[in-house]
Amino acid sequence: MFDKNLEKNTIAMMDLLPDASVNARAESPLAHLDQFHSHTNIDTDSISLQEKPFLGHLLLRGNADNTAFKDAIKKVLLCELPKTLACIYTNELSICWVSPDEWLILCEGDKAYKLEKKLREALVGHYSLCNISGGQTVLVLSGHHAHDVLMKSTSYDVADCSFPIGKAVTTTLAKSQAIICRKDKTTWELIVRRSFADYIWHYLHDASSEFK
Amino acid sequence: MFSIYCPHCCEYREEEEFHAIGEAHIARPVDPDALTDAEWASYLYIRKNPRGLHHEQWVHAIGCRKFFNITRDTVSYEIKETYKIGEAPAFVA
Amino acid sequence: MTQKNRLSSSKNRGRINYKKPLTFTYGKKTYSGYEGDTVASALLANGVDIVGRSFKYSRPRGIVAAGAEEPNAILQMGATEATQVPNVRATQQELFDGLVCRATNGWPSEDFDLMSYVGKVGGNIMSPGFYYKTFMYPQSMWKNYEKVIRKAAGFGRAPQEPDPDVYDHIHRHCDVLIVGAGPSGLAAAAALAGTDLRVVIADEQSEFGGSLLHSSELIDEQYPQMWVERICTQLREAGNIVCLPRSTVNGYHDHNFLTIHERCSDHLADQASHQVRQRMHRVRAQWVILATGAHERPLVFSNNDVPGSLIASAVSTYINRYAVIPGQSLVLLTTNDYAYQTAIDWFNAGREVVAIVDTRTNPQGVRVQRVRELGINIITGSGVINILGRQRVNAVEVAKLDEVGEKIIGQVQTLNCDTVASSGGWSPVIHLSCHTGSRPIWDENILGFLPGETIQQQLTAGGVNGCYGLKDCLQQGYDAACDALEKLGCKDTPKPSFNKVEDIAEEPAMALFHIPHSEPTSRAPKQFVDLQNDVTAAGVEMATREGFESIEHVKRYTALGFGTDQGKLGNINGMAITAKSLNKSIPETGTTIFRPNYTPITFGAIAGRHCGELFDPKRYTAMHQWHIENGAKFEAVGQWMRPWYYPKLGESMQQALNRECVAARTSVGILDASTLGKIDIQGSDAREFLGRVYTNAWEKLAVGKCRYGLMCGEDGMVFDDGVTSCLGENHFLMTTTTGGAARVLEWLELYHQTEWSDLDVYFTSVTDHWATMTISGPNSRKLLAELTEDINLEKDNFKFMDWRSGTVAGIPARVYRISFTGELSYEINVQANYGLFVWEQLMEAGEKYNITPYGTEAMHILRAEKGFIITGQDTDGSVHPYDLNMAWAVNMKKTFSFIGKRGMAREDCIRPDRKQLVGLKTKDLECVIPEGSQAVNDPNQAIPMDMLGHITSSYWSENLGHSIAMGYIKGGINRIGETVYYPQTDGCVIEAEICSPVFLDEAGERQHV
Ligand SMILES: [Zn+2]
Repeated sequence: MFDKNLEKNTIAMMDLLPDASVNARAESPLAHLDQFHSHTNIDTDSISLQEKPFLGHLLLRGNADNTAFKDAIKKVLLCELPKTLACIYTNELSICWVSPDEWLILCEGDKAYKLEKKLREALVGHYSLCNISGGQTVLVLSGHHAHDVLMKSTSYDVADCSFPIGKAVTTTLAKSQAIICRKDKTTWELIVRRSFADYIWHYLHDASSEFK
Repeated sequence: MFSIYCPHCCEYREEEEFHAIGEAHIARPVDPDALTDAEWASYLYIRKNPRGLHHEQWVHAIGCRKFFNITRDTVSYEIKETYKIGEAPAFVA
Repeated sequence: MTQKNRLSSSKNRGRINYKKPLTFTYGKKTYSGYEGDTVASALLANGVDIVGRSFKYSRPRGIVAAGAEEPNAILQMGATEATQVPNVRATQQELFDGLVCRATNGWPSEDFDLMSYVGKVGGNIMSPGFYYKTFMYPQSMWKNYEKVIRKAAGFGRAPQEPDPDVYDHIHRHCDVLIVGAGPSGLAAAAALAGTDLRVVIADEQSEFGGSLLHSSELIDEQYPQMWVERICTQLREAGNIVCLPRSTVNGYHDHNFLTIHERCSDHLADQASHQVRQRMHRVRAQWVILATGAHERPLVFSNNDVPGSLIASAVSTYINRYAVIPGQSLVLLTTNDYAYQTAIDWFNAGREVVAIVDTRTNPQGVRVQRVRELGINIITGSGVINILGRQRVNAVEVAKLDEVGEKIIGQVQTLNCDTVASSGGWSPVIHLSCHTGSRPIWDENILGFLPGETIQQQLTAGGVNGCYGLKDCLQQGYDAACDALEKLGCKDTPKPSFNKVEDIAEEPAMALFHIPHSEPTSRAPKQFVDLQNDVTAAGVEMATREGFESIEHVKRYTALGFGTDQGKLGNINGMAITAKSLNKSIPETGTTIFRPNYTPITFGAIAGRHCGELFDPKRYTAMHQWHIENGAKFEAVGQWMRPWYYPKLGESMQQALNRECVAARTSVGILDASTLGKIDIQGSDAREFLGRVYTNAWEKLAVGKCRYGLMCGEDGMVFDDGVTSCLGENHFLMTTTTGGAARVLEWLELYHQTEWSDLDVYFTSVTDHWATMTISGPNSRKLLAELTEDINLEKDNFKFMDWRSGTVAGIPARVYRISFTGELSYEINVQANYGLFVWEQLMEAGEKYNITPYGTEAMHILRAEKGFIITGQDTDGSVHPYDLNMAWAVNMKKTFSFIGKRGMAREDCIRPDRKQLVGLKTKDLECVIPEGSQAVNDPNQAIPMDMLGHITSSYWSENLGHSIAMGYIKGGINRIGETVYYPQTDGCVIEAEICSPVFLDEAGERQHV
């Protein structure tokens, strides 16, 4: 195990998911809604709100102008890092631009550790990689009124001309915040912090009531 | 409510995404211990508070989390420019 | 009751739906009206003259205006307690079936003139300058006045029950926001319809059209109502235009941010049930076109407030738009041509126009000629100097005026009538243009203020520019739209939506605001300037006599323009009278500034959805559901909801705390510590960075070790603390206080981005990623051993201030052996999705040790027993580490001058008599000193006593069997063993001995076991 040979490690890395043999129950940030609310999800043509739980969330920091950094990323992710305010969807991943030296990589939950390892093997020099899978969750807001619900919830301009498909924006959401990604015409992914997920879910639920 | 151009996100954002930090271009003294109390107090507390053009440091707190500077008219609240840390302002009083 | 003033349907082109009668209750009576009415038009139709009593003099008051400028008809609305809405203007509230309202002003009822008996008293106690003078005397006086005055005058009241309705916010971004949908606004919108621009047009009225809804001036040879209909259809179908009727643009803020208050269902029913009642639009516009129009000014003359005295255009509006004629016989008083239209409208409605009294000597304009052709009597060069009647106009006194309108010349004649309409010209509605600080400019030609210079991307059109002719208003609206298009880079020029517009030439108006009386103003019957605040011409003159020369001072002295009115009708007249009595011009007395909001907004609309459970975000940990199910009481720490304590059935809070505290020292307690801020730090310069932001040394902290650190500001004052662990040579995990997490992260980024960008380090918040549970107490090692196989817990292997990784209950975990209780403790961190699972395993395995969950309160007590500080509770931004007796946590020898080092070396920081944190032990062991109590040396000293410092933390310690406290004492560290006193508000004095703050296990052995 790791602590047998502490001195040699410059970075501590560990797989945070239990072994398959362990009979452990994972609970997403909104798991309690299943048990305690009769209406966990809104799901109509006009508006739908669902949690996409248990994804792997890796936060990558590094210098986008550094060729070695870019090459290593491309080698592992098989794509370039997204440009300012963009979000890329591949078969296995989605990658959001967060800031000029920061990107959020979403993958399947059980792939996060392997991906982190592969990236660390490929990356050299100064960078940071952080598994924050437990700290965030993804809400999927969709339907032809999704846009209206967002207008009630964020001061960011969510109109097509300012928020095209493939854009990702960190901004205010109600009195909290989120990374908002537009996946297609009527589907938006909101990446929110675990501790705020309940508040945001209830706020969106309330803001949707006109369209249910 | 200001509309502020973030030089890192390269677009205008609502003021509620930002925090104002204070006057810009106040560098931390290289050797604080060599300063007199008065000099240190001046670094810590003495600010210009001008009527007119003012350089301010802001951070895109709910956004890219980057610090940058703003040249703002403290009378009309017009923002003349925003620029990255380390860059020089184009507008000076 | 019949609607005696309602015109028959055959005679009218109004907006009333005669097929849809409605009933409503005003005061104690039920009345009828029609769909399309406002409450005001329905009241007038029913012949209701008095709608309230005036604020100071308790004079009966009637409806004066037809829109937002109405000063008198302010209603309290609502059929039930929960749906009460105060300060609703009758002129703006649309009628619906079952509406219930009553006058706001008027107690016990607007008809019973109680205040006329005490009116003289009221008048005297509330002479001009009342507020001003009263506030200069002892405040106790005001309380007495205020009670009587408020109750008698009434200002509406808030509901006593929760509002059942839903309110909403919406954010809008547009290229052009058009404010006002009168002729200019509509012409602008029509020009933008079908372009690529995103356009919002908002108007406060129930339907678009503004003055065109009551006008008879032809556009393209049709009544203007037809044009309005055509344009509205065009806007609806254009696809690029959001039309917002019933939506008042109330605030114009920096950088073209505007707020619009939309009343979505106020016109439908008392309660909106499932709909949104009101919505606040928060709009960011590239360009704003202000087409806000103008308000007509009444003239100031004696008894001009008697019910039946209205502004001229309002009379036309009631006749043409609402099919209501508010009287039998009219006298029109005017300084201008435009108001003649009111006489024409009155005449055409079939009732008597007694006379038009024009202050000008020889008016010859087009409208004047038309009136002459109708055979209406025009009395020129004269003014109405007085109204006779108290509950309603009976007659007017008319007299010849000198050329400038300052003196009466000749005989006074009396004309019988029941209605007086007056017009002193128009005031542009410049309120919004003032909101961002732009100073309006006086224009001598239009006798009004115009919007001043602004940095906003703002255009203006029509009445707001002092442009009142229909043709010009349409043209200016169109031009503004073309301007906006050009500025937004559109090349096409749209076609105007109008061709031939009736253009009625007008002669200049006379600059007269105040009609003289035979007596001097001070002795003449009251001449009202501001009806809502009962400000008279005599009052304004008195203010100037008392030396108030700036209009801003006069306003505060007289209350001119206060309240919900905001000077919409009275401002200019007040300024004119001030100027005249000071022998100055109007601009010399100052400008007039309006502030948001233009009209009152409900709290509901301001709150939107941010109320009740959604008022502020509540942050929950992964174990929150368990805490709820196990009866935790919660405490808000910042936005986090943390278990405060876990009372068992029948337990008091203190009993629960005693049990929790004892368990953590005798067996094992468990705390949800997930809310602590956690920052992941990676990079080869991470260690160097830590050395710069913490006061102690970090070079030698080995991988696998943890260290406590104090963080100070540049001033040397402590602002946060926490334990940071070395996860790898280039990898650290910093913890912060629960409340300080965001601030600390921003602090680190600030220094990294702006000062030390050469250091290779990245910071990432991982607060939410980890669920953290602390097990504390002598049995905690045994408990943990049951749940882990791969962490060697042996005392000499896994020492105090070490961390290890492994699995706990099968879940990968990092375990930190750190302690905030002073006991043997382990902080177990797992990925948050497994937090609840691991917590439950610990509870299950811990049952045999009677594992006891404890909350923040027990945590506070346990740490206070050990003298551990809580930053923010035991520090307040004015104490440095030495004040805390924590020199051990400062390393002055570090090569880099760390943040805080220079600050805490200031002369003031090394004074020996600084307040220092010490322990306090009460003489009476049972007595817990209230937090905040001030220490004194001599409890018998006369007040003001010399205070030494205050208590910051104070608890009952069940473990020790006595109370414990921490607090500041001047020079306290050298006063250990001395006695100080804490005088209480009830006169008792608590005696306490200064001691070490470490009350338990001074050697610190327990955490090392
Ligand atoms: Zn930014």
